[in-house]
Amino acid sequence: MAIFEHMGVFAVTPGTVVMWLISLTLIYLAISKKYEPLLLLPIGFGILIANLPLTELMVPGEGLIWRFYHYGIEWEVIPPLIFLGLGALTDFGPLLSQPRLIFLGAAAQAGVYVTFFAATSFGFTLEEAATIGIIGGADGPTTIFLAAKLAPHLLGACAVAAYSYMALVPIIQPPIMRLLTTENERRIRMKKGRKIGAREKLFFPIAATVVIILLVPASAPLIAMFMLGNLFRESKVVDRLTDVAQNSLMNIVTIFLGISVGATMTAENFLRKDVLFIFFLGLVAFIIGTATGVILAKLMNLFTSNKINPLIGGAGVSAVPMAARVVQRLGVEADKKNNLLMFAMGPNIAGVIGTVIAAGIFLTLLK
Amino acid sequence: MAQEVLAALSGNIWKVSVEVGDKVEEDDEVFVVEALKMEIPVYAPCDGTISEIKVKKGDAVEEDDVLAVID
Repeated sequence: MAIFEHMGVFAVTPGTVVMWLISLTLIYLAISKKYEPLLLLPIGFGILIANLPLTELMVPGEGLIWRFYHYGIEWEVIPPLIFLGLGALTDFGPLLSQPRLIFLGAAAQAGVYVTFFAATSFGFTLEEAATIGIIGGADGPTTIFLAAKLAPHLLGACAVAAYSYMALVPIIQPPIMRLLTTENERRIRMKKGRKIGAREKLFFPIAATVVIILLVPASAPLIAMFMLGNLFRESKVVDRLTDVAQNSLMNIVTIFLGISVGATMTAENFLRKDVLFIFFLGLVAFIIGTATGVILAKLMNLFTSNKINPLIGGAGVSAVPMAARVVQRLGVEADKKNNLLMFAMGPNIAGVIGTVIAAGIFLTLLK
Repeated sequence: MAQEVLAALSGNIWKVSVEVGDKVEEDDEVFVVEALKMEIPVYAPCDGTISEIKVKKGDAVEEDDVLAVID
């Protein structure tokens, strides 16, 4: 009879079944709707296996997935490696040619802070509130990085919220951006900035590393790797490293990231009232971030003759390049020859850096 | 008078929608440029006949590169 006690099938609880359904939903969304499939597919599968009873996959010191999680995420290895790849994929040109657009990327971080204060007032601890707020940056690796340090028990929920909202950028953002702008504003065609030389692009990652890390040392792991990846790219002498950072390395760590994040979402960890709340607050953070970016662009227009199309303010959240694509789409809707894509990449990239700095500030203040 | 069709932004040529000798009207689609996984049409700046096409499908182009000439 002992064999029955060791069969998982008799240890299934209603909670685990609910988690299976969540897992299958994510897998379905990833495959058939193509919602961030590179992440939601391994996350979905991770959830499934973490909720098969008696597997010991997540038992500290023993389980396979626990090892991925421990050495990859708790040791802060994977998110910085992803940032290395993102840096290698990033062209700072659009940002450097119109530096004033940095402010739009900064403005969108308002969502992070507003939600932080809102979450504390709803009874979350400061550490939990910071992790929830950072969802508003819509930046997966940064959310995971911060959650692992401040609120590991919320990591799965916050990561899934961040990646879901990234996938839903094309649905969540347009109504807000339309609401806050007039047809004429959406038609504004922006003047091109100056051309950026190769040397400027080469010096930028080095200078930015020094300045940002001197100001916010806690942001160093992510910023340093991001700028190193960018330096690979702009140096033009290590194409092999640029390529591996952008592609193979990023793909490899994405597998371990996805499955580990999914495996943190066990029934007892995830099926709680506050998780619903986290999704709600994360969404609020994201909406506020989008709105503040657009509003700041409109404010800046009051003081300049070189008008900014306020749509690009919506790209200040760091979902790269989804948010910039949304801007392009809405711009073309108003005027088919209005190409805002590259202008929107400026605040979009500033938004990534902004979210990392916001996370660094939280770490400095709360650790 | 000849007028040049310029790339509106940098990316790759996704589609060449016209051939040399084609008549086009202002705002007709002449090329589609792909950037950041988006397909972005390039429109004819004036009425005329395509006298020269300087790029082919798959070429990488920079902003303001001349893609074609309309006479």
